[in-house]
Amino acid sequence: MSQTIAFYDRVDHALHDSSLQTALHRATTRFIGNRAGAIGALCDADRLRDQARAIRAYALAHLDELLPQLAANVEARGGHVCWASDGEEARRYIIELARARGVRSIVKSKSMASEEIHLNEALEHAGFEVVETDLGEYIIQLAGETPSHIIAPAIHKTREQVSELFQQHLGMPPTNEVPPMIRTARQALRQRFLQADMGISGVNFGVADSGAIVIVENEGNARLSTTVPRIHVAIMGIERIVARLADLGVMLQVLARSATGQKLSVYTSLISGPARPGEEDGPEEFHLVLLDNGRSRILGGQYAESLLCIRCGACLNACPVYQAIGGHAYGGVYSGPIGAILTPLLQPDLPDAYLLPQASSLCGACQEVCPVRIAIPDMLLRHRADAVKAGKANPVEKAAIAGYTLTMTHPAIYNAGGKAGRFFSRILARKGRFRRLPPPLHLWTKQRDFPALPPKSFRELWAERQKQRRSSS
Amino acid sequence: MTTGRRRAVLFATCIVDQLYPTVGLAAAELLEQQGVVVEVPSDLLCCGQMAFNAGFRDDAYAVAGRTLEVLRGKGDVVMPSGSCAAMIRHLYHELFAHTPFAGMAEDLAHRTYELSEYVVDVLGVTEVGACFNGRITYHDACHGLRFLGLGRQARALLGRVQGAEVVPLPGCDQCCGFGGLFAVKQHSISAAMLDRKIEAIESTKADLLVTGDVSCMTQIAGGLSRRNSPTRARHLAEVLANMVDAR
Repeated sequence: MSQTIAFYDRVDHALHDSSLQTALHRATTRFIGNRAGAIGALCDADRLRDQARAIRAYALAHLDELLPQLAANVEARGGHVCWASDGEEARRYIIELARARGVRSIVKSKSMASEEIHLNEALEHAGFEVVETDLGEYIIQLAGETPSHIIAPAIHKTREQVSELFQQHLGMPPTNEVPPMIRTARQALRQRFLQADMGISGVNFGVADSGAIVIVENEGNARLSTTVPRIHVAIMGIERIVARLADLGVMLQVLARSATGQKLSVYTSLISGPARPGEEDGPEEFHLVLLDNGRSRILGGQYAESLLCIRCGACLNACPVYQAIGGHAYGGVYSGPIGAILTPLLQPDLPDAYLLPQASSLCGACQEVCPVRIAIPDMLLRHRADAVKAGKANPVEKAAIAGYTLTMTHPAIYNAGGKAGRFFSRILARKGRFRRLPPPLHLWTKQRDFPALPPKSFRELWAERQKQRRSSS
Repeated sequence: MTTGRRRAVLFATCIVDQLYPTVGLAAAELLEQQGVVVEVPSDLLCCGQMAFNAGFRDDAYAVAGRTLEVLRGKGDVVMPSGSCAAMIRHLYHELFAHTPFAGMAEDLAHRTYELSEYVVDVLGVTEVGACFNGRITYHDACHGLRFLGLGRQARALLGRVQGAEVVPLPGCDQCCGFGGLFAVKQHSISAAMLDRKIEAIESTKADLLVTGDVSCMTQIAGGLSRRNSPTRARHLAEVLANMVDAR
């Protein structure tokens, strides 16, 4: 408990970063309120969530049929499909494609899958110019940071910090007003859209029966990224599929309401392939990268339910731990409760990934808001069990649990322990409380008191009472 | 003992037994007032949640397995803790899956109740003759709220406490930051969560912060005490059994 681990350093840093605390508080409070209003406005939100879960569960159970169906339909409409078993294959496909087509400049709309495979670094390293066009992503790209929230990548930044960034990088005159900042970003990005040879996007849902991909957004940047450049590359985690176009009626409702509290996102694009002969708009080429990257390993195991996730971010906003430390402290691509489940699975090489499932009070607020009702706390507990099995338990904790088990399975030891505790409490507690306890419990009394132990245990008092009753009756 | 009267085991939990005996006595009092014959098995200790939540499933299996055995064939089990009741009702299923005790665990889950749930939903009582002159605010402990669907019962009971002004707690469904070993292992996050809870409680100017779980109560009371706050934290049972001393 006393060893310094990077995760704990990041947590302490986050807790003491007052800008971060301000930004997190403003944003999560707004998200929570918006979501609650939008979900509350539905006449039958619970049934809609049950339907959403059923749609996603069906898709996961039939991935073996639905993915080939999606691929065949994409190809039938003139698109290309890349089956990428890991990030390396996905990156190589995209870089080779860009080289073969003489691409110089690339615009990107928001994609967590591309974050997952660290695509930007790879593209830049290969000599391409890459610009993020989602406002939040653009902000963190200018800042040289990574997203700290699934749908609001720059949630950790205050408007004041964004203003400074724009003044520094884009020559914006000093202001803390939002509209001029948006105008500045829009002007800078407009040029990039027009210059770009390739647009890279994520995918909210792949629709198997129609070969379409769905992208939801609020800024219009995804629509521009996928239509203006001559090549569109979409990256989709293989689990992000639904069987039928008709499933979108449910999925789009729960996604928008859970994510931002909107009835529907401002732009919902259904894209099926490149521009067809005679069509004036749309790219010349469309490529769909189907990214596995560890997902098929998760499928069928005890964490399979995590693949139901539609990346709405509601669990992050609702989580009191996320609210306190923000996304960067988690250290993985995905943060918050769902990130604490996914990171140890998708990024097993991160040395402190196993600590993430422990950074939860198991309050269940995440599961309560999840549009597909993922049992997040149950899976956090499974991760903890896996960490213990893998020998990663902290030695102090291990000893404490051994003592606990011995005590709780032997009434005589339990009773003796209780008596000893009460003896020490009588000597050491002051005014009914402990202000300081010895290690490792000093971590408790750092910020709060601990009650003095009572003179007798409940069972002692109960036994006395029963005895009195018997003698008086 | 007369036959035909309702009987129940009071599983006081290890924390109540060692730290808060009055909560156990209050719970027993409350049940007896309603004509329930209360039994407290002398060798009933702990549900095993601490080991389970820490990931030590073999340890949890040993502790909880023993508890299953002690409670075998005992009828209704009532616990003054939503968290420990949720452990039995919600998590024993996974702990004992594919073991010889799966059936016993299932059986116990079906006859285990949290105290307020038992009083209101099973006994059908909300008026228990409690009085408290002062202002009360209620914190929904997470496991009871989200894994057992509790909250309505405690509010119905508190609404009938004579002399009490029950005021809503802002963010009453937000975690206090206890979370078992989380409170020690991630003490700085836990403390940040506690700070928010204490601020909300102080904003109500309540005399009593009432909750249904002694673990959350320990966390909240510890924070209140450290700040020398005039608000005291008490378990629902203590209020209902008139076992909160006036000041």
